[in-house]
This record gives sequence, C-alpha cells and structure tokens, in this order.
Amino acid sequence: MESAGLSLLTSVLFLPLLGAVVLLFLREEQAGHIKWTAFGFSLATFFGTLLLWLAFDSSASGLQMVQRVDWLPQYGISYYVGVDGLSLLLVVLTGFIMPLAILSSFRSQIFEERGRIRLYYLFMLLLEWAMIGVFVAQDLFLFYIFWEVTLVPMYFLIGIWGAEERIYAAVKFFLYTMAGSILMLLAILFLGSRGGSFALPELIAMVESGALELPFTGLLGAGSVQSFLFLGFFIAFAIKVPIWPLHSWLPDAHVQAPTAGSVILAGVLLKMGTYGLVRFNLPLFPEASVAWAPAIAVLAVIGILYGAWVSYAQTDVKKLVAYSSVSHLGFVVLGIFALNAQGIEGGLLQMVNHGISTGGLFLLVGMLYERRHTKSLDAFGGIWKVMPFFGAAGLVVVLSSMGLPGLNGFVGEFTILLGSMGSEVLGFFFTMFAALGIILAAVYMLYMFQKVFMGDVDKEENRNLPRLHWQEIAVLVPILLVILLIGLQPGPFFDTMTATVDDLVAEVGEFIPRGEDMVAAAALRDSPVLNAGAQGTR
Amino acid sequence: MAGYAQLVPLIILIPALGAILNYFWGARLGEAWSSRVAILASALSFVIALALYAGLNAAHGQASVVDPPLLDGWIRIGDSVAIPWQMRVDTLSVTMMLFVSFVGTLIHIYAVGYMHGDPRYARFFAYINMFLAFMFVLVTGNNFLMMFVGWEGVGVCSFLLIGFWFDKPRGEGWRNSNAAKKAMIANRIGDFGMLMGIFLMFWTFGTLDYYRPGEIPNVHILEKAVHEYELEHSAAAAESADHEEGGEGAGDAHGSLILTSLPAAEEKGDGAAFPPAHLDNEHLATGDLGVFGQAERLMAAGTEVQFGNFSLPIETVLVLITLFLLLGAAGKSAQIPLFVWLPDAMAGPTPVSALIHAATMVTAGVYMMVRSNVFFANAPLTSFVVTVVGALTALLAGYIAMGQWDIKRVLAYSTISQLGFMVAAVGVGAYSAAMFHMVTHAFFKALLFLGSGSVIHGMEHGHHHVHHDHGHAHEDEPFDPQDMRHMGGLRRRMPITWFTYLIGTLALAGIIPFAGFWSKDEILADSWLAGLHGKDLYQQFGGYIALALLLLAAAFTAFYMWRQMELVFYGRTRSPAADHAPESVASMTVPLLVLALFSVFVGFVNTPKAFLGLGDVLGNSSLTHFLEWSLANVHPWLPEGGVFNPVIAVIALALGLGGIRLARMIYGDGKALNSAGGDPLAARPSTGAIWRLANARLYLDEINFRFFENPFNRIGAFLADELDWKFWHDYVHNSVFLRGFNSLGEFLGRPVDLGLVDGAVNGVGRLTLWLSGRMRRVQSGYVRMYAISLLLGVVFVIVLLLLPLLQT
Repeated sequence: MESAGLSLLTSVLFLPLLGAVVLLFLREEQAGHIKWTAFGFSLATFFGTLLLWLAFDSSASGLQMVQRVDWLPQYGISYYVGVDGLSLLLVVLTGFIMPLAILSSFRSQIFEERGRIRLYYLFMLLLEWAMIGVFVAQDLFLFYIFWEVTLVPMYFLIGIWGAEERIYAAVKFFLYTMAGSILMLLAILFLGSRGGSFALPELIAMVESGALELPFTGLLGAGSVQSFLFLGFFIAFAIKVPIWPLHSWLPDAHVQAPTAGSVILAGVLLKMGTYGLVRFNLPLFPEASVAWAPAIAVLAVIGILYGAWVSYAQTDVKKLVAYSSVSHLGFVVLGIFALNAQGIEGGLLQMVNHGISTGGLFLLVGMLYERRHTKSLDAFGGIWKVMPFFGAAGLVVVLSSMGLPGLNGFVGEFTILLGSMGSEVLGFFFTMFAALGIILAAVYMLYMFQKVFMGDVDKEENRNLPRLHWQEIAVLVPILLVILLIGLQPGPFFDTMTATVDDLVAEVGEFIPRGEDMVAAAALRDSPVLNAGAQGTR
Repeated sequence: MAGYAQLVPLIILIPALGAILNYFWGARLGEAWSSRVAILASALSFVIALALYAGLNAAHGQASVVDPPLLDGWIRIGDSVAIPWQMRVDTLSVTMMLFVSFVGTLIHIYAVGYMHGDPRYARFFAYINMFLAFMFVLVTGNNFLMMFVGWEGVGVCSFLLIGFWFDKPRGEGWRNSNAAKKAMIANRIGDFGMLMGIFLMFWTFGTLDYYRPGEIPNVHILEKAVHEYELEHSAAAAESADHEEGGEGAGDAHGSLILTSLPAAEEKGDGAAFPPAHLDNEHLATGDLGVFGQAERLMAAGTEVQFGNFSLPIETVLVLITLFLLLGAAGKSAQIPLFVWLPDAMAGPTPVSALIHAATMVTAGVYMMVRSNVFFANAPLTSFVVTVVGALTALLAGYIAMGQWDIKRVLAYSTISQLGFMVAAVGVGAYSAAMFHMVTHAFFKALLFLGSGSVIHGMEHGHHHVHHDHGHAHEDEPFDPQDMRHMGGLRRRMPITWFTYLIGTLALAGIIPFAGFWSKDEILADSWLAGLHGKDLYQQFGGYIALALLLLAAAFTAFYMWRQMELVFYGRTRSPAADHAPESVASMTVPLLVLALFSVFVGFVNTPKAFLGLGDVLGNSSLTHFLEWSLANVHPWLPEGGVFNPVIAVIALALGLGGIRLARMIYGDGKALNSAGGDPLAARPSTGAIWRLANARLYLDEINFRFFENPFNRIGAFLADELDWKFWHDYVHNSVFLRGFNSLGEFLGRPVDLGLVDGAVNGVGRLTLWLSGRMRRVQSGYVRMYAISLLLGVVFVIVLLLLPLLQT
C-alpha cells in the first residue's frame, strides 16, 4: 500500500478541483479574474499532465505513479489511482483540451444573455477533475463515482448555456448515460462482492489466475456470467462512445451544447467509453471479449459507414460534425476489438486524434457561430476569402479529420485498419468495409469544407466577418501543431502504450482459438527452408 | 562521393521552404520576389536532382537508402510495425526527380507571366512549391506508406490548385470547387485500393520497404556490370599508362546513361565501393528483405501466406495486392473507371494543368506500378487486367477528345489517353517503355498545355482589347476564351505559340523523329513482343490486345490533335478576340521554346540500337539500361539491339500521318466549322452520331450522376432524415425511452412532490435545487426524474466522501 502523501498524480488530479474552490471566492462581477483563474488552473493541470508523461517509464507495463489509500476497507474500496500505457495519453489529452476549451469561451457572447460566468468556469474545472479521475481511477468504485460526476457539470453546461432545445438535450444526455451506468454499477457490485475487492489490478490478477471464476458458456448462454458482466460494462460504454445504434443522444447534445461543451464532449467525454472498453472489458472478461469481438466489430463497421453517410446528408454544420464522431469512433472500436497490438494502439491513438481533430472542428464551428449566429451550411460560402487564416486552419483540421497522411488522423486510422486486417478475430472483410469509410469521410468532410469555405461570397452578411482575434488564433495554433506532430512523429505516442498493450494482448490472446497449422504457417516465413531456396526468380 | 545521397532530403526541404516563405510572407514579398523565391526553390531541386544523378553514376548505379535527419522513424508499434521515414536514391527515383524538377522549373517560370496580376499570386507559388515537395516525397520514399504520403499530398495540392479560383463570381467559383472536390473524391476511391493493397502487403511481408539497404534489386545487371568492370579493370591494369579514354568506351558499349567506368576505380576506398561486397541477396534472410525481394523468394518457394484468420497462396495474394494497387493507380492516373475527374480538373490555372494534371502528378500511378514491377510481373491475371484497362482508356479517351470544343479539355482527354498507353505498357510488362513514355510525354504534354495557356491568355487579352476599344456594351456577355470555336487563324497572331504547339502536336502524334514517336513505338513493339514471347496466355493475349487498341488510339491521337491545330491556328479568325490576340510575353514563350526543343530531342535518350544504326551515335536504349538497376523486370525478353520493330514503326507512323491527313481533309482549308457553326463531322449523317457521342463524353457524367451520385445522395437523405431522425431519434426515443422514464419518474417523483427529499437535502443542494426548480417550470415531466437521480447521486457522492472522516 502506497503512502498517503500527496503524489504527483493526485496533485494533478485535484488541481482543477482546487481551482473550482478558488473560483468560489471570486465574485460574479470579476469576470476577468474568473476567466483567467480558470484558465490558469487548467493550464497548470496541463503542465502537470506533461510532467506525468515525463515521469512515465514507457518500458514498464504495470501501473505507475500509483497512490492507494484505504477508503472503505470493509468493502474493499480504496482511493486507488495510477496511470499506465492505456490512460497516460488520455490524461494528457484532457489536460490539453481543457485550457483550449476554456480559452475559447472567453469571447463567447452567450454570457451576455445567460450570465453566470463563475458557475460556468466552475463546472469546467469540475468536469476536468472528474474526467482525469475517470482515467486514473484504478478502483472500480472510485471509477464509477468519477464516471457519474462527469455527468453533472456537463449536464449543466448544456442545460444552462446551450442552444434553444438545451433542456431536452441535457436531459437526454443525462438519461441515456445513466441508463447505461446502472447496468455497469450492477456489474461492478457483482465483481466487487465476488472478488472481495474493487481494485482493478487485483481483480484482473484474480481473473488471470483463476481465483475469480467467471464462467463463460456462450454469448448469451444461461450461466454465462462472464458474458453478462461483459455486456453490463459494454452497454454503459457503448452508449457513451456512442456505438451504433445507441447514438441518438449525441447529435442533440452536440448541437445544443455551447462550443466548449461540444469540444469537451467530443474531445474527452466520448473517449471515456472507448477507454472503458480497453480498461475493463478486455482484461476482466477476455474470453467474452474474444467471443463478442466480431459482433461488436460489425456494429463498429456499420457505425463507420452509417455515421459517415448520415453526416453527409446534414444541413447543420454541428450536426454534421456530431455524426462524423459516430463514424470516427467506429474506427476506434474496430481497432480495440481487433484484439492485437496494432489495432488497440491505433485505437488508443485515434482517441487522442479524434479529440484533437473533432475538438478542432467544433472550435471552428463555434467561431463561425459567434460571428453569424447560425449553424446552417447554407448560410456560409466563400468564408476562406473573407477569413484566410481561418480557412487554412479549417482545411488542415478537415484534412486531419479525413485521415490525410502526414497528419494525425491517418496514423490512427492506418494502424487500426492494419490491425483489423491482421486480426485473428476480424480480418479481410471487416477491413475492407471499414476502409470504405475513408472514402465517405472525404465525401462529407469536403462537402462541408466546400459549402462553408469555397465558392463566391454570395451572402451579404458574410462579406465583412471580423478576422480571428488573437485568442482564437491562440486556441487554433496548438491544435494545428499537435495535428502535425502526431502526424509526423507518432513514435513517442505509441511508445507509451506498447508495454501495457502487449501485456493486454497476451492476456486476451490466450482465448483466441488457434489451429496448429496457423501457428506453423506464421513461423514459416523465416524458416531456413525458405531462405535456402532463395534464388533470383527470373 | 559516398555521401552524395544525403542530399536527397534537401530536394523535399527546399521546395517546402519555398512554399512556407510564400505562404506566410508572400503578400509582403510582392510579385517579383514571390516568384523568384519559388523559381529558385524549384531550380535548386533540379540542381540537386542533377547532383544525385551524377553521384548515382559515380556509384555505378547502385541505389542508396537515406534516413533523413531529425526525424525519428514514423509509425512504430513495439517490434511488430516499423515504418520509417526513409528515402531511396536509385535510377528510377532519380529519373522521376530529374524530369519533374526540370519541367516543374520551366512551368514555374511560365507562371510568372501567366499568373501576373492575380490577387493570390504568392499563394499560387506557395501551392506549386508545395506540390513539388510532395511529388518528391512520393518518388523518393523507400516504402509504400511514404509514397502514399506524397501520393495524398500531391492530391491535396491538386485540390487546392484546381479550386484555386474558388471565389470567381457567377457560380464559376462554385464549379471550380466542385471540380476540386470531385478530383479529391475520385482519388480517395483509388486510395481505398492503395490502402487495402498496403494492408495485405504488410501482413504478407511484415514490412512496406521496397528494398532494404544493401539489397540488390536486379542481381543480373549488377553481375553484368561487375563483369564488365573487371574486364575493364584488368585491361586497365595491363596498359596502365593510357587508360583515361578506356572508361568512356566501356560506357558507350554498355549503352547506359550510367557511365559504368568513370574513373571510380581510384575511389574504391569510399563507402559506395564498387564492386560491392555482395553480388546477390543470398546472405540476407527472407525476413530481412524488402517486399519485392521477399515476393520473389516466396513465389519461388510457393508459400501459403497466413493472415490473421485465413491463409492464401502467395500467387493469389499478389493478384489481390496488385488489383488493389491498380485501383489506386486508376484514381491517380485517371484510368477507367475513375478518369472522370481529370477533364474537370482543367478548372485550375493552366500552369497547374500542365504541371500536375499532365506532366507529373497523374503519372504517379504509373510510377507506382513500375515501382511494383515485381508484384505485377508475378501476377499475370492482374497484368492482363492492367493491359485491358490501359488500352481501353487510351482508346476511349482518344475518341472523346475528338468531340470536344474546349482547348484544354481536348488536352485533358489526350492526357488520359496517353496515360492509358503507359498503363497498358505496364500491363504487358514493358516497364521501362512506360517510364520512357512518361518522360517524353511530360515534355510534350507540358508544352501543349502551356501552349494552350498562351492561346487562352491571348484570347483573353484580345477580348479585353476589343472591349476596351468598343465601350462596355458587351461587358456582361460571357466569353469563353477556351472555346476553340472562337479561335482560328492564330498562327499569324501568335507565331511562337503556333510553332511550338506544332512541335508538341507532332510529338504527341508520334511522328518521327519527335519524342513521342520513340516512346510510343517502344510500347507498341513491346506489346508485340509480349504477344510473341509472353510467358503465359494472359501476357500473350494482352500483348496483342494492347497492340491492336493502342494502334487505333494512336490514329485517334493524330486525328484529334490535328483537328485542334486546324481549329486554333489555321483558317480564318472566328471572333474579334482572336483578331486581337497578342503573342504572349517572353517569360511564357521561352519555356515553350525550351520544352519544344526537348520535345524534339528527348526521345533520343532511349533510341534502340537497331534503328538504322543510330544506336552507335545516340546510345542503345540508354534509359532502359539506366532503369535496369532499379527494376527487376526490365524487358525479360530484351532483344540484343533494343526494342525496335520496323514493321510496327511504319504502321504506327502511317496511322499517325493518316490521322493528320484525315483531319486536314475534314477541317482544313477554312472548313473548320460548318455553316451552322458546328463540327463538320456532326453534320454528316454517316458520322454525326459518332461525333455527338464523343461530344457528349459518352454521357459518362450523366451516368455517374444517375447511377452513383444521385442514389448516394438520396440514400443519405433517407438515412439521415427518415431512418435516423424521424424513426430512431424521435419515434423510438419518444415511445420507448421517454415513456419508460416518465413512468419511472412518476413513481420515484412522489417524494419530491411530498417535499420530503427537498427538505432533506436543502442545505447541500440549494444550487442544484434552484436550478431544477427553474427548469421544472420548463419541462416538468423530465425534470422530476432528473432531479431525483441527480440529487440521489450528489448525496451519494458526498456521503461517500465524508465517510472516511466520520470513521476516525
């Protein structure tokens, strides 16, 4: 058991909460102080997450920077946090997105109408605290609490500062997530009571050693405890991701949320779902994961194509981007359930990429909205001419989102599809249909780009749009830089995951049925027979 | 000398820097400096290409692999995936670099005059510099994924440049952006194929590298060269006194662009030692080879390849890979069925059409297939499909070109047709002939496009001039400066343009001794040889098909080009604009003259020795021998005197001259348009239908819209509006989720109504309650439920947080 002192990880985790408390001491009228305090704390948190990365040892596979303090020992519940290759990048992503989301709110006109600036930034910091908590919690109970706490600030962000139908959207967001969480809570309670502990690493070790027996007798067979527990977690995460067909809360939430809300929703909150799949479903229920993988991959592929196609038919920019998330996250889920290192690492990186690219898209849409107060595609046209830098930034983000090599999106999509092609549970056809998604991505992304940015400036209102404010540029530039950085040098990002993912793949891989001949054929390539027979073949 | 290859990152870096300079500071630089920066960047890349060529010669044609500095690999996943940023300097990539940078530089110079006065002048140069940078990424990469980076990068530049005038008024800007989008999407369909090919390749070979450092692509040529070198060396040792001239002789005898025995013997201590330590790849384990080396070994061993959950024989895998790659090539190199984007791409400024959509980018698909020659040579079925696709494209596009009025559109279809020649050449296994035609085509097609740009420029100025003189009566009248019906008689107005255009036309039509004759003839002769000596029925059959279709296409080429000559340059002028069209400025005509010069002579880089004994003067298939170092499959049946077949050459020449003669008969002597202002062919009952079909472009756009675009849009709208929104989002949500939650809420909400919970948590959740109360007024059914769950949640959390404190 680790000491109860203030570890680096705990400090980073509670820094945003501290910021929220500080905000309580400021008065509503001190808008400037409130903004910059919130920004300062989120920025400090970002540097903290970078410190975590610095302190992180990529070669080790287990949890690092662990802190564990007894909380409810009689139930086996503890404050147990740590990071490993699965969570580190997502913590950093949260740290990266939040200052940008906060900075992007500075100039929002919504406060003129709705006010409550202090509350707004308070919720932002609370949200950051809870999101980092979700990614670092290693105790199922603690995880569940953070998971639920994220709902509250997001609920209010949408419900108070959202667009016209904000209440409907906020409630829908809340209810859908809650509905899923209840099943997860049941599964967690079952696991905790059976295992006598809520600590995830201990539960995984018990599953691996057989101390905690979770019989698997088919996908939906009677007594297939593992399968039902798997589904308990899976449904909660699937709603969050969202995996098709559980996505109908997403367009509402995205369209109604204020810009920063959309950015956080797409940038981080959705990743909690995909993260949960990797963190809990795969290691806790490896046999069920293998058995369910093809079915889930089918949903993922449908989501990729369906999300893209539906996205293309939208007339509202925000809705278009929202549906594109369904498509993009389909790739992530596909990668995860390829159950090999390429797929899972690609999926993890693509979570980061999607957070940056789609977060960037929402920021761009928000900047347009602040100027034109509409999200209708038809209201724009020729914006590139009016706002040249904005157009160029838009192009880069759009290209990143459609997976142009050299930019970040490609690296993720490529590795995911590579993994899916070589997967022992998926394979050629999954990959082929999923790869069709990259054609569709070009179709809807370029359609949007063309409608908004290209063509003549034929609407009078668009002729004199103000150019970007330095704060807006300051929001976009880091995104553009990271898009390039990951696109050109993803190596260090992958390196953080490799050790952890290799372990995970090895654990799950035991349950993948393999014929003798398959093992033999895999070894053939380097066999001496083949090399001895090597002659020029002309 | 050993380190010469380290220059290669610069060929990417310099144009990239030029692009960055022009992008961010171009407006401040002004037109003169902005263009100078861009031209300098492009010219420097040509200088680097020359230096690489010289270095490669000194290294006796042996390839080098370069890891660019500062970049730490690219995609790596544990030990299983390692895809580096790695560059390759070999005879194939250097050939590409040389002609791309040379033609590119000329086009940069041309654009100085052509783009003069454009509000986004600097932006234009930034884009074409960026294009060059990506084109060099494409050709210098040492693995398929890096090629793909360039492949997509040039695609984006193409998108940007086709849509360069996206803001033109009256819907023209919108049409331009449509063309840009169409190009990108058609290319994306091809990319799908590229990626699938790459995935299969990776799981077959475990790598995407073409060749690993030290690996020898073509063992036979190296053996031959070493043998010659040793002969030479011993001879030189024997008569050590006067051997300075000896090296030259050996080089000529070998006939390669590589001067095999430059005095490199003295530099033997250097890194690029010759002869190298290993003369073959036997010392390398199969897993240490690149994809091509492995493919050869796996084919020899007849291995079954294991993918995740299925396995296939290596032959089948190669057929699959190559079919997917073919789809990629069809997108980029505008082949059936994806060629529809290229004619529309003419919406971009003309220098762009010349550089990207004629000379360089569109040949990337052919380059990719030539690079993958080992795959294609081992996949006879695919090679056959490639042949048919290429030959049919050549023929169809040539046919459509006959019926076009737009000067650039004729050239666009001509480009598609010529690309079809190259693709067909790949199909019959004539990889070096494909490269040869690519090089010659780059010169004469760039010439023709720039010539057409000069004509368009002249027409615009003429139009402007007319209006300037005659008031503004016609100011709003749309005038299409690209419509050949408005032209005619420009020979006198624009003599240099006419003269160079004539040379380009003759080169394209394959008239001896212009460049196109040699390259086209080599493809035809190779097809014949494939028919005769092909190693299987596919190849033999494909060879004959290619020969027949390509001969026909060659006749079409001559015909439509001469029709264009008649419409544009001969006869009388047919509009006031044409009457006043001035010759273009020197910065435009000088590149035309240079390109014309090359269009005459560049064919001699690969003239066969067998041709009238000219080989002794001009070298014997020098380009082919040069490329041999990089290609494992150059002419498996290469005859001694080079590929030349007098009968086929005469037939092709006769068809070309016949096409010109026919076009002269129909369109010459002032009959370019009939009395109704239409094409003479359209008026004749016997040819009218044929011409109209060509004019309508085989109704391909209509077919595409009706069978692909429109259904796609309608299904999309149905999915989005009906299925996803009305049914799933509204109906299912309201009737299932909402009702369920409401009844639950009714049940759980009673305590709230009774005020029990309100009272209990008043102190803790005042804020929450206040808000919930506010919202309750808005939508009470929901809010009750949410209030319950939320409050319970908050209480729950707070209690849990406080518990540890209570215990102590």
